[in-house]
Amino acid sequence: MIYRLGIDVGGTNTDAVILDEANVPVAKAKTPTTEDVTSGILKVLDLVLEPGNVDVAQIKYAMLGTTHCTNAIVERKRLCRVAVIRLGAPATLAIKPLTGWPEDLKAAIGDMRFVVGGGHEFDGRRIAPVDEQELRRICGQVKGRAEAVAVTSVFSPVNTEDEKLAAEIIRSELGDIPVSLSHEIGSIGLLERENATVLNAAVVRVARSIAEAFDKALKDRGISARMYFGQNDGTLMSVDYAVRYPILTVACGPTNSIRGAAFLSGYRDALVVDVGGTTTDVGVLANRFPRESSVAVEIGGIRTNFRMPDLISIGLGGGTIVRADGGNIRIGPDSVGYRLTREALVFGGTTLTATDVAVKLGIAAIGDVRRLGSVTSGFAEEAHRQMVKMMEDVIDRMKTSPEPCPVIVVGGGSILVPDKLCGASEVVRPAHFEVANAIGAAIAQVSGEIERVFSLENLGREEALRQAKEMAVQEAIKAGADPSSIEIVEVDDVPLAYLPGNATRIRVKAAGKLAG
Amino acid sequence: MVREIGVREIEDIATGAAVLGTGGGGDPHVGKLMALQAVTECGPVKLIDLDDVPDDALLMPLAMMGAPTVLVEKIPNGAEFPAAYDALKNYLGKDVYATMPIEAGGVNSMIPLASAARLGIPVVDADGMGRAFPELQMVTFHLCGVKATPMVMTDEKGNTLLLNTVNNNWTEAIARAATVVMGGSAMIAIYPMTGAQAKAGGIRRVVTLCQRIGEVIREAKIQRRDPVSAVLEVTGGFELFKGKITDVSRRTVGGFARGEATFEGMDGYKGRTMKVEFQNENLIATCDGEVWASVPDLITVLDAETARPITTEGLRYGYRAVIIGIPCDSKWRSPAGIATVGPRYFGYDVDYVPVEQRLAERGGALR
Repeated sequence: MIYRLGIDVGGTNTDAVILDEANVPVAKAKTPTTEDVTSGILKVLDLVLEPGNVDVAQIKYAMLGTTHCTNAIVERKRLCRVAVIRLGAPATLAIKPLTGWPEDLKAAIGDMRFVVGGGHEFDGRRIAPVDEQELRRICGQVKGRAEAVAVTSVFSPVNTEDEKLAAEIIRSELGDIPVSLSHEIGSIGLLERENATVLNAAVVRVARSIAEAFDKALKDRGISARMYFGQNDGTLMSVDYAVRYPILTVACGPTNSIRGAAFLSGYRDALVVDVGGTTTDVGVLANRFPRESSVAVEIGGIRTNFRMPDLISIGLGGGTIVRADGGNIRIGPDSVGYRLTREALVFGGTTLTATDVAVKLGIAAIGDVRRLGSVTSGFAEEAHRQMVKMMEDVIDRMKTSPEPCPVIVVGGGSILVPDKLCGASEVVRPAHFEVANAIGAAIAQVSGEIERVFSLENLGREEALRQAKEMAVQEAIKAGADPSSIEIVEVDDVPLAYLPGNATRIRVKAAGKLAG
Repeated sequence: MVREIGVREIEDIATGAAVLGTGGGGDPHVGKLMALQAVTECGPVKLIDLDDVPDDALLMPLAMMGAPTVLVEKIPNGAEFPAAYDALKNYLGKDVYATMPIEAGGVNSMIPLASAARLGIPVVDADGMGRAFPELQMVTFHLCGVKATPMVMTDEKGNTLLLNTVNNNWTEAIARAATVVMGGSAMIAIYPMTGAQAKAGGIRRVVTLCQRIGEVIREAKIQRRDPVSAVLEVTGGFELFKGKITDVSRRTVGGFARGEATFEGMDGYKGRTMKVEFQNENLIATCDGEVWASVPDLITVLDAETARPITTEGLRYGYRAVIIGIPCDSKWRSPAGIATVGPRYFGYDVDYVPVEQRLAERGGALR
């Protein structure tokens, strides 16, 4: 029997699950997330192995979804000093790299920015040749100061050659320095893609240390598994890739729970409502993958455009504070979070939480219901009605069509969700719902994605789509997918406005199972 | 009246320009960053009232043309505008008094501000659209017989084109083709005109209007007031509909992104359906098959909660939105104006009727 281990680090809890060959969970565990993240991972690993029903030598794959990188950016801690290099001159000089970045973050990464000749037009023609001499001069200037390099070239999603050439030159001058290339990170939109690439370069060291810690933790427990990191789009990256492109892991938590919900329920298309301790995240499952956001996403105050699940997050979870405000009831948005088991009324605390409301109404049986003497049933009913309304509003906003659709409910706080919801054809509560995110990490697939501008005038739309799909499949194979299992999971084409010649932007994603 | 445009003002103008962009005109974000960098490096820009411009002064509007998608990837160098300005100034052999926006909606609200900061010239508080439109001849100056050319186009590589065309439709055709060759976006100095011509053909105080719209959206958020009604107040617009997007369809026709968004009514509009058809910009709004507003009046889709304008590219299922109609400038309501930018020009078999008249005919309350 071969096993897969999935670990997911959330804002409130760190979860682990072990699946057998048939993807049946054989062990699961949950522990509060710790401030340093790593000790929580070690703890949950011990907990999930504790029953001793799994032969650790047979754990062949280990998947980790973690918030280390997000925390490093938000807290401005342990970041690398980054040489920011843009290839695009004479274009792009009107807006310098790092424009709009908070001063403290700019200072944390060293504020080294350069724009040199290079880059392409939307149709693949050159703007200017790569200025190799200037690149070498910059390398000399940042030598010993920069710990990582971020390279962004104009229209690199259309033509990647300049970024690749620049990486070669940088490595020849600076040796084995981490180089982040924008075409592997983001899509069209120079500033947002550049921002994401710089953030990526800034967290490579954090990613490397977590990869090493995870590796050691597994080895110490006799596990010699292939390690993967979960990424934002719900697919996996090998550990080598993850240490080069750690920014792609920053939103893997919600993605993992959407994918886990898909797997546990067997649905391909549905809405997923993940109720945690602090927030409710609602995402869309489209063809077994999370629907991706089409708008700029901010991370740590920086506008980026990399692949992120389209989510709406509201301040409603098991620990959400409920207040009587005159004649009205106010739900959150603040939460007691991981202090729930101390501060909630049913646990002897003094704060009225969503969990207390659920216990009062008899929909949950935890803690001591006798401590809720001061809460009237009428109050609890009204508070719960408001919570349900909040969820229904979000569900309605996230739906892809007016017809009622299945709603899959997961997460530790999902007792708050009633069995009937407006807009839902059914409310599905799969088994193991409380560790859906760790399961999502464990079962994830590998993917390949491309985004390019095609000229339909010469190719025609059908041929352009065919070429794009083929490229995405090749990317998935490169990422480690079994070619026979690869499917196209997403196709998106948007014509460029105000431009004749039928230029259109096509984005395709393909995904498949891990090759043996 | 002269006043200074700095960082705060630019932020507000960009928000307002997206409202007047009626779904198109390009996201002002990149333009805003260019303008912010320019005023940070060169100091604030002087905004002057059209009435204070001497009749014989030379005004030179500056703009970008082409695909906003290209602009967000291939950001300008910044020197294209001074280059276009110098080339046209030298050709005309006259000093330039000020620049002005040709199109106050969308990204072109920002280009004159960014350029003026670098050139050290003022910006006139007027434009030729009072909104966004897709073609060069779609400006009120065109209606008054002002020629788009001599016009200069530049790119970041240093290419400079001087166009002299027989009429403004030819300008559009030739310049559009050149834009593609230049890489999908080009910077232009166009419609050079006298102060007198600008006074006859221009739409006044539109930069200030953009700024006011941005201000009220920002302030409403702080004061927890309804930002949509604040926008209606300052623009003199009307709420046409409130609903949730239930369908968006897009197709490409002749190189233009056309499409249609369907809204299912909420609150007072329950049970009714509005369709907004767009081709880069929102062009026509129909409720249960009846036209409620059309170009050249402005049709803008605002997020129901924040009043943040939603572009045609950003429309998607689930958004709760308020669709507002803003009366266009009276110059567009002349027979020549309607022929240039009315519904029939865009291929709709519909007569133009002013938005407020349609509202009154339905028995709606006029503000």
